[in-house]
Amino acid sequence: MLNSAEISMLLEATGVSVYMTLVSTLLAYVIGLPVGILLVVCAPGGLKPKTVLHKVLDIVVNITRSIPFLILMLLATPLARAITGKSYGANATIISLTLAAAPFIARLVESSLLEVDRGVIEAAQSMGAGTFAIVKKVLIGEARVSLIVGSTIALGTVLGYTAMSGAIGGGGLGDVAIRYGYSRWDTKILLATVVLLVILMQLIQFAGTKLSRKLDRRLTG
Amino acid sequence: MEPMIKIENVSKTFRGKENTVEALKGITLEIGAGDIYGIIGMSGAGKSTLVRCLNFLERPTEGTVYVEGRDLSAMSEKELRRMRTSVAMIFQHFNLLMQRTVLDNVCFPMEIAGVPKKEARERARRYLEIVELSDKEKAYPAQLSGGQKQRVAIARALAMDPKILLCDEATSALDPTTTRSILALLKEINQKYGITIVIITHSMEVVQEICTRVAIIDAGVLAESGTVEEVFASPKSKAAKRLVFQGERKVALMKSKRCVRIVFTENSSFEPVIANMVLECRASVNILLADTKDIGGIARGQMVLQLPEDEQTAEKMIAYLKERNLAVEELTDYVE
Ligand SMILES: Nc1ncnc2c1ncn2[C@@H]1O[C@H](COP(=O)(O)OP(=O)(O)OP(=O)(O)O)[C@@H](O)[C@H]1O
Ligand SMILES: [Mg+2]
Repeated sequence: MLNSAEISMLLEATGVSVYMTLVSTLLAYVIGLPVGILLVVCAPGGLKPKTVLHKVLDIVVNITRSIPFLILMLLATPLARAITGKSYGANATIISLTLAAAPFIARLVESSLLEVDRGVIEAAQSMGAGTFAIVKKVLIGEARVSLIVGSTIALGTVLGYTAMSGAIGGGGLGDVAIRYGYSRWDTKILLATVVLLVILMQLIQFAGTKLSRKLDRRLTG
Repeated sequence: MEPMIKIENVSKTFRGKENTVEALKGITLEIGAGDIYGIIGMSGAGKSTLVRCLNFLERPTEGTVYVEGRDLSAMSEKELRRMRTSVAMIFQHFNLLMQRTVLDNVCFPMEIAGVPKKEARERARRYLEIVELSDKEKAYPAQLSGGQKQRVAIARALAMDPKILLCDEATSALDPTTTRSILALLKEINQKYGITIVIITHSMEVVQEICTRVAIIDAGVLAESGTVEEVFASPKSKAAKRLVFQGERKVALMKSKRCVRIVFTENSSFEPVIANMVLECRASVNILLADTKDIGGIARGQMVLQLPEDEQTAEKMIAYLKERNLAVEELTDYVE
């Protein structure tokens, strides 16, 4: 079985993984949410069609999404060093995780907001609501369940990225898995990291589903 | 008197990549204050486009709309938004916010307009009382029936004390009984609060039930307009005739036979005209269709009769009916 040093190391790594996941998802939303909103609002036929801005955002999001995560991480290293002073470790990884997750989140937000019934938007317009009020009260308000489901997906994806980031010294469970499991061929530790990642993923999914169920007023009874 | 809404030569063309659709072509129409104005037409005729031009949710390609004498095309975006608070709208699919309670839905327009929350709630409760849904204020739209949802939408529309209420197919998703109760509610609102109501529909029944005036839109063109009685009693355009007889499949059976439609006015409907005519002419007629409606407080009915094949008797019958001041119209020319 695992000795206590190994257990505390695994627990610490779990903590780091959770920290990286939460912080980078949060930061990625700071970028991705407004971009997702702009993608919807500025789209042709949207609330405020802005063809050029929409096109630019669309292309940027597509390009960043099509770069494989590992390569994006390498590309982001100089930026990470400029911001955090280091090119490895949890905080440096957060920078690249954020950059990788933001365009993905922008798409998630976009698709959630597009689900909102056009009729309800039209109703709000007929009441004299401006674009800002419609975004806040109608788009986000009505799509909140879908947005929460989206954030569950985002958290899960970012958790997966953190594990991958271990490959280049990112810290957390992925790092442990690489260093012990792969380099030293320590199957026990490798398995333990997998189990912990699975548990984390389950927790995220469970909490997300629970929360969206609780908030959804479309379900009767 | 200044009309509440003046539609002046409004055209709307949608330009797509492959095709362009001329949804409206030079519509000119005046809607008086306090009217319940029906706009009727077949699917795709351009009704929704027209009603969306009335609050400039859709900008006409040509022409303009005046609301209380103010030219909407001259307004800034901000002025348009202000104007819209006094022009409420209800829809076929209700368009309620699904994630909000009934009470919060009614509060919504006031929230947008910056009415303090407490005052908004008080006002919302008052309007929920008018639509008889006070007991549902905590419910969510998903828990309501179609009729109840439309009542919430009406309460929401009333919340800003509008001068005009636009209804786009507001009863099309409802069953006949519920339709009648919603129409009764609209009538009450019109009478109690003097709100001008514009009713978009594809059903003549709805127009007959509550409208004072009606305009018929056919393929983007104004085919005919006037008081409901005029249009109902003597439809002139083909589109109007089609609508007056809408849903009456039996009409098709009259092909090549001699048929007349008579419209009863105030007093005549209570006289047994047909029975007397049959006695006097000594020939029987087929009553193919008969219905009576209360239009604007006046009992009005229409009847379609199949006359005997014998020319002379038929003429005699027509003369008899005309003598009694009934509007008589031969149907053969347009029953296709
Ligand atoms: N945004 C749009 N872009 C392109 N064409 C449109 C648009 N809106 C409406 N149209 C077209 O304009 C015409 C009139 O449409 P409209 O919705 O006004 O009809 P309607 O009378 O309301 O029909 P219905 O009874 O089915 O609701 C249709 O041919 C429709 O396809
Ligand atoms: Mg329509």
